[in-house]
Amino acid sequence: MTVRRVRIFSLFERFWHWSQMLLIVTLMFSGFGLHGFHHMLDFKQAVNLHTLAAFLLLLLWAFSIFWLFTTRNWRHFIPTVKGMWQVLRFYSFGIFQGEHHPYRKAYWRKHNPLQALAYLMLKIVLFPLIWISGLVYLFYFLWRDIPHATQLLDGVALVHTGAAFTIVVFVMIHVYMLTTGHSFKEHVMPMINGFDEVDLTPEEEAYLLKDQPEVLG
Amino acid sequence: MRPVLRPFLALLLLGLLSPVFASAQGQWPTPPVEGKPPPQVSGPLSGGTGDHTKYEALKQPFASGPEVTKACLSCHTETGKHFMKNVHWTWEYRNPDTGQLLGKKHLINNFCTNARGNEGMCAQCHAGYGWKDESFDFTDETNIDCLVCHDTTGTYYKTPNSKGSPACSVMFEGKPPIDYNLVAESVGLPQRANCGTCHFNGGGGDNVKHGDLSSALTNPPRELDVHMDAQGLNFACTACHITKSHVWAGSRYQVLSKDMEGTGKPGQRRDVATCESCHGTAPHPVDSLAAFKRNDHIASVACQTCHIPELARGGVATITDWDWRTAGKTRNGEGYHEHGYTQGNGEHRYTYKSIKGNFTYGENLVPLYRWFDGQMRYTTIDTKFDVTKPVAINDFTGSREDGDSRIWPFKKMTTWMPADMGNGTLVYTHLWGEDDDSYWGNYDMGKSIAHGMKEFGLPYSGEFGFVETFSYWPITHTVSPKEDALTCQDCHAKQGRLEGVEGVYMPGRDNNRWLDLIGIIAVLGTLIVILGHALIRIIAPKGENH
Repeated sequence: MTVRRVRIFSLFERFWHWSQMLLIVTLMFSGFGLHGFHHMLDFKQAVNLHTLAAFLLLLLWAFSIFWLFTTRNWRHFIPTVKGMWQVLRFYSFGIFQGEHHPYRKAYWRKHNPLQALAYLMLKIVLFPLIWISGLVYLFYFLWRDIPHATQLLDGVALVHTGAAFTIVVFVMIHVYMLTTGHSFKEHVMPMINGFDEVDLTPEEEAYLLKDQPEVLG
Repeated sequence: MRPVLRPFLALLLLGLLSPVFASAQGQWPTPPVEGKPPPQVSGPLSGGTGDHTKYEALKQPFASGPEVTKACLSCHTETGKHFMKNVHWTWEYRNPDTGQLLGKKHLINNFCTNARGNEGMCAQCHAGYGWKDESFDFTDETNIDCLVCHDTTGTYYKTPNSKGSPACSVMFEGKPPIDYNLVAESVGLPQRANCGTCHFNGGGGDNVKHGDLSSALTNPPRELDVHMDAQGLNFACTACHITKSHVWAGSRYQVLSKDMEGTGKPGQRRDVATCESCHGTAPHPVDSLAAFKRNDHIASVACQTCHIPELARGGVATITDWDWRTAGKTRNGEGYHEHGYTQGNGEHRYTYKSIKGNFTYGENLVPLYRWFDGQMRYTTIDTKFDVTKPVAINDFTGSREDGDSRIWPFKKMTTWMPADMGNGTLVYTHLWGEDDDSYWGNYDMGKSIAHGMKEFGLPYSGEFGFVETFSYWPITHTVSPKEDALTCQDCHAKQGRLEGVEGVYMPGRDNNRWLDLIGIIAVLGTLIVILGHALIRIIAPKGENH
């Protein structure tokens, strides 16, 4: 095994990540405005912004899902318990004693088990919860005449707002995690230039050297 | 006077008066347009196929209104039969859904209480001649008053059908005689001023009753009413209240509160007065994402709710509170009145009248908003109720769930008015008359009620008092220009316009307290955990620094 600087985040992934970040921040800002937590936007502007950002994010997700499955990158998010305990133990104790992070990035496993599980839950639970409830909410006037529509609307609003709070919590932890390594910058750079240090098997290294030399830094 | 001097004198007079005009206009938020407005748009009936100045029948000498009517009917042979079916003639309406017998002939309102028994005065606004008591012949076509609606000269007028008490009758003396030939030859489709003669003065004065129907609509500017705008669309009332055989669309006794049919098929005429019958069911141009939502709101919110942001606009106040308990005070044995309110257009209004009691006025008022299914239920003369509690003269139903309701704006009227405390009913008061029992002249409420009830064979315990009553007036006129319509956050906010509207979750107005609490605790908790974690990282003993 050799440690090489490898481009683990493709241009599309980086574009996906940062545009998703911008859209989610926009949605949080406009959404909590609509909820009445602040009045920096008037309601009409907030509705326009929130709806536009939501549709753009859905479009982005449509592309990203297509990308994940056509490039086999979905495999990075397969949950595993292998190494989970060590990672949990590291964040709870080891980190305070200056230990090394127990996880080494592999070419086909660029997230640690905790990360992979967190991102998977985000993708298959939290995001669907908020976009499905959001679309149902947006198209309320199409179903307002079904029985118990008002109680359903209460529930939809509850789910949507609850999911929003959970995403805020996720973002806070996500950003904090960036500070836990050598430096904040070192954690952010891979998502900017794509390169990070990865343990490569000799076969992987040989393959990349021959077929995709531009991936190696 | 030499003819050459006249223009000079006229100019001088104008010069002296102009500061007066200027100051009066300055106080008026929405000044009326000046000059002679172009002809009003009356809907599908405009045009016409005859010239009334050429008809021989109208050149004969007329001594009275009924003679003119006879001449009208000699050409318009079927109009009498048509006309006798409408509420302007019958003053009676049987609600097909509730079965209640309504109409001015029967109802009690919480303004001047009841027309019944007071027709000598009140039936000035009946579109007929001579209704002063039960003997009026509703089958005689020549009793129809064509001119009150079709006069275009502005010189036609009506006076009470009976003299009333001596103190009252003097008010109507000394009017110039009517030139019936001129009026008859000048007839046209009803103008706003024709309808306004009565409808602007409901409740006994300008804008007293409705709050959205006042003399300011005779010649309104665009700011007051975008459709009736005299310099713009210039709609007559009948442009919306379209007419078929002298029956008008748009009934307050049975409101179409939610019209999902819209404009109908191409070329089809819909005999309704709804906004949707012209504007359709997706009236807002879709120029933004928010505009989609605006069009969605049609299902829940009446057009009037956003597009009539305030009532009693245009400088004419409406009465919001009326207290009959203070009526009947006299000075030196005579009734009097007190000025106490100056309205937007500079006119003074009475805040006390011996004949009616105390009034409270209001202008530019925020309406009451409620779900409304179009159905009014009236407290009629035979309805028994608990006199110790306030009673609604016309209560309405409606909810988010019934499928027929939308959120509508209302004027709410509050009146302390006489009632039979023994039997727990409202009463017919005898206000107008030449006898000793009429309240307007003698100021004895007990006698007035006893007379009013006895005249119609109604039970009266002899014990009268006053009850607090409410009445609700759906607001539908004085549609503002679109730039003055409500914005989203007028309602989608805490303490917004729809604060009291129940049965629906509105983003911006509503929230789940518990969810918000849990959410805020979760976010703050996460922050504390992060800070704690970071703090331990900083102070904890480290080996190799990573």
